[in-house]
Amino acid sequence: MLASVATFAIEGVGSREVTVEADVRRGLPTFTLVGLPDRAVRESRERVRAALLNSQLDFPMKRLTVNLAPAHLRKGGPGFDLAIAVALLLASEQIPPGSLDDCAVCGELSLAGRLRPGRGALAFALGAREAGYRRLVVSVENAPEAAIVEGIEIVSVPSLIRIVDLVRGEWEPEPAEPSPPPARDESRFLDLADVRGQEDAKRALEIAAAGGHNVLMVGPPGVGKTMLARRLPGILPPPTFEEALEITRVQSVAGIGGHRLAPARPFRAPHHTISASGLVGGSAPPRPGEVTLAHRGVLFLDELPEFSRAALDALRQPLEEGRVEIMRGQRTIAFPASVTLVAACNRCPCARPPDRCSCREIELSRYSRRLSGPLLDRIDLVCEVASVPTLRLVEERVAAAARESSSSVRERVVLARERQLARLSGRPALCNGDMDARLTRRVVPVSGPIVGRLLDAPGRSPISGRGVDRVLRVARTIADLDGREAVLEADVDEALGYRLSGSEWLAA
Amino acid sequence: MAGGVIDACDACLRRSFLVAHLAPRIAALLERPRRPPRGLLRLGERELILAAAGPRAAEAWAFLEGFSAEAARMWVSGASVSARCLHAEGYPAGLASLDDPPAVLYSLGEGDLGRVDEEPAVAVVGSRRASPYGLDLAYSLGRGLGAAGLPVVSGLALGVDAAAHRGCIDGDGMPLAVLACGPDLAYPRRNRRLHQRVRETGLVLSEMPPATRPFRWAFPARNRLMAGLARMTVVVEAAERSGSLITAEFAQDLGRTVGAVPGRVTSRTAAGANRLLQDGARVVVGAQDVLDELFGVGARLAREPERPSVAPELRRVLDAVEGGADVQSIAAACGLSARDVRIALARLEAEGHVRRGALGGYERAMSR
Repeated sequence: MLASVATFAIEGVGSREVTVEADVRRGLPTFTLVGLPDRAVRESRERVRAALLNSQLDFPMKRLTVNLAPAHLRKGGPGFDLAIAVALLLASEQIPPGSLDDCAVCGELSLAGRLRPGRGALAFALGAREAGYRRLVVSVENAPEAAIVEGIEIVSVPSLIRIVDLVRGEWEPEPAEPSPPPARDESRFLDLADVRGQEDAKRALEIAAAGGHNVLMVGPPGVGKTMLARRLPGILPPPTFEEALEITRVQSVAGIGGHRLAPARPFRAPHHTISASGLVGGSAPPRPGEVTLAHRGVLFLDELPEFSRAALDALRQPLEEGRVEIMRGQRTIAFPASVTLVAACNRCPCARPPDRCSCREIELSRYSRRLSGPLLDRIDLVCEVASVPTLRLVEERVAAAARESSSSVRERVVLARERQLARLSGRPALCNGDMDARLTRRVVPVSGPIVGRLLDAPGRSPISGRGVDRVLRVARTIADLDGREAVLEADVDEALGYRLSGSEWLAA
Repeated sequence: MAGGVIDACDACLRRSFLVAHLAPRIAALLERPRRPPRGLLRLGERELILAAAGPRAAEAWAFLEGFSAEAARMWVSGASVSARCLHAEGYPAGLASLDDPPAVLYSLGEGDLGRVDEEPAVAVVGSRRASPYGLDLAYSLGRGLGAAGLPVVSGLALGVDAAAHRGCIDGDGMPLAVLACGPDLAYPRRNRRLHQRVRETGLVLSEMPPATRPFRWAFPARNRLMAGLARMTVVVEAAERSGSLITAEFAQDLGRTVGAVPGRVTSRTAAGANRLLQDGARVVVGAQDVLDELFGVGARLAREPERPSVAPELRRVLDAVEGGADVQSIAAACGLSARDVRIALARLEAEGHVRRGALGGYERAMSR
C-alpha cells in the first residue's frame, strides 16, 4: 500500500515542501529510507519505530520504503519524524487514506511519541499556506508561532496518538492562537538615560537611528562603546508587523526565537574571531549568519580592525544590498540582511592617547588598512567616545539637564523616519541611509551656500565625491530630525563633523 | 620624456655603480643597519670590495672589469635622471664638504640644483609617526621657508618629511627630496603622488643610480646627504634614537646649525627633539626663527600667510580645543552642547583654525 504526506524543510529563512512517500508491502521486514537523508534523518527510523510502538500503534513488520521527494535535495534534521510516522500509518491503513490530504505535518518525535518543538514553524506555516494546504500540524510549543500566519489552520498536536484520534474524530485540538504580541515592555530595552554624559555619541546614535546610517565609534576600551551600541535598538522605530514577521522568521529558523512574534529589533554582537561564514552565513545546508540574525536590527562589530579581512569583505554585499546570497551546489539561497551597522575601534592598536602612543608605523598602517576599503564606504558617521575622566567633567555640566530617555529620543526618530518615507515614496530607498549617490543629490538640493560649506574650506583637505554624498545624507537626516524640509548650513557643518576624513592616515 | 643631463667622469660613475652593486653585501655586513656606515663609503674601490664583498669579491671584481661608463650614462639618462660627479661644476658645495661625499649625485625633476648654492637650504626632518601638531608645524615650516625662497630638504618619508615637502610646494618653494633608493623610485609607495609633485616643482636626489632599491643602511647614509645639503637642520618631533637625530648629528659634525621644535614633554614622539633643545639646539617655532638664524634677526621676514579671523562666537570653542581633544571634552570645557560644538568645530576646521584627525579628535592648527 502506498501513501504520501506533505511536510516542510527549512531552506534559507523560508521553507521548501517535501513529500514523504511510504510504501508498505509483504517481504522481509526492513525499513529503508531514501531521498538524500543525513544522519539525523536516517536515525528517525528508530525514533519512528519506538514512537509508534509506544503509542500503542502498529509498526508493520513488512518491507517498508520511505522516500523523501524531491530526491535530489539533501534533507537534514529530525523534523521529518512526524511525517514519516504518519505516512507509515496511512500506508499501513491504520488511519484512513485521504484523511490528511489537505494537511501538512511537521515535527520531531520523542521515543514516547510526544511531539517536540522544532525550528522554523513560522516559515513552515507561510510555506504551507502558499502551497495551498488548509491545515498544518505542529507541536503544541510551535503552534503560537505558526498561528501568527493567517489563512491556514494550525493544528496543535501534543503527540502522535492524537493525530490518529483527530482523524478518527475522537479528539479536538485546542484552537491555536498566536501568542498575544507582548505589551511593549520598556524595561526590555536598555535605556539611553543609563549612560552618563556621552552627549555627543548619543547624538550620533540618534542621527544614525533616524536616517538608518551606519556608525563607527572611536575610543579607548572601556568607555562605553558597547553600552551605547546596545541602546541603539531601543531608539530605532518599533518594528512594523511585516518587519516583526521577518525578524521572527529568521529567529525561528535559527532556533533562537521565543516561539512568538518578535517584540523588538535584534542586537547582535559577534566576537571578532568570527569566520566569514559565521558572519554572513554558510555551511551546508546554509545557515543564517550574524548579519542575518541582526536583520532589521543592529549588528555591532566591536574592535572592527581585529576582524579577519575575509569576514569584513564578506560584509560588503549585505551592507550594500540588504541581503546575502549563498551558493550551494546548483542552488542560490538568499538570506535577508538589512542591518544598521555599528562598528567600534580604537584610535590605534595600543589605544593610548595620541601623545603617549607606542605603536610603530607598520602597526598603524596595518590597522588603518584593515579599516579602509569597502566597509568604510558604508559608514556615514564617525564619532569619538570620550574617556572616563572627561565624563565626570561633563557630568557636572549636564547634571541639571535630565538625561533623556530612549523613548523620547525614539519619538523624534519615528517622526524623522515618517518624513523620509513620505519623501522617498516611490523611490528605491526607505530612509536616508539607503539612498545612492543619484538619489542623494536629487533629494538634498545642493544649493549655493551648501556647496560653499563643502568646498570652500582652505583649512581642510578636499572631500571626495563619495564623502560629499555621505555628508549630504547625514545633513538630510539632521534636518529631518529637526522637522525641517530645508537643509541648512548648520546641518551640513554638523554632518561634516561626523565625517570619516580621508586624511593621510586612511589613505593607504 | 627628455633624457637626463650627465656630467660625470668615468671613475666617479664606476665608483657610484660599485656602491649600488655592493649595496646588498653592505646590508649583510652591517650587524646593526641603523648605525651609519661611517667610514665605509670613504673607502676606495679596492678597499670597499675587500671590506664588503666577502665571498662575492670575485663577482665584484668582474663587475668592475666589465663596467662601461658609456652604457651607464645611457642607462641613467634613459631614466630621465641627471647625474653630476664630484668633479663636475655645480656639484653642491655643501656635499663636497662631507668627508665621504657621494661620487655622483643623481637628480630627477624640474628644479635647478644650482639654487642650493645660491640660497641656503634648510632640512626639515622628523618622525614618520608625527602627531597632528608635528605635521602642522612641519607643513608651516616648509611653507614659510619655501615662500621665503629657501630650498627645503627632506627625505620623502611619511609624517614630518612629507608634510614639510607639501608645505614647501604649497609655498611655491623648491622641495628637495633625498632618497635612500634610486631617485626614480617612489619610496615609500604611499608618497608616490608626492614624489611626482616634488619632481614637478623641485628635485629628487640620491647617491644611488636609478632603480636601486632601498636598503636599511642607505637611510642613515642618505641622512648625511640631507645634513650636507642644508645650511641648517630643523628636527620636528623625533623620538629618542630616531633617524632624524642621526641627521642632526651629521649636521653638528659638519658644523651646521641644528634647530628643533619644542614638543610636549610627555610625548614620546617629541622626546628626541626636546633632548636636542636641552643639548643646545636652536628653538624653532616657525619659519621666522630659521630666517633669523641664517640671515640675522630681522634681516629677512617670513611672509605670514593670511588667515581669517575667528568669529567671536567660535572663539569660545577654539579656546577650548586642546591637543587631540574629543568633542565631548571640548563641549564640557566651553559649556556648550555637543551638537553646537560639533557645528562650530566644522566651521573652525573649514577656516583652518583646527585640524581633525582621521578618526575624530581635534587639534589647533597653528599656522595656516
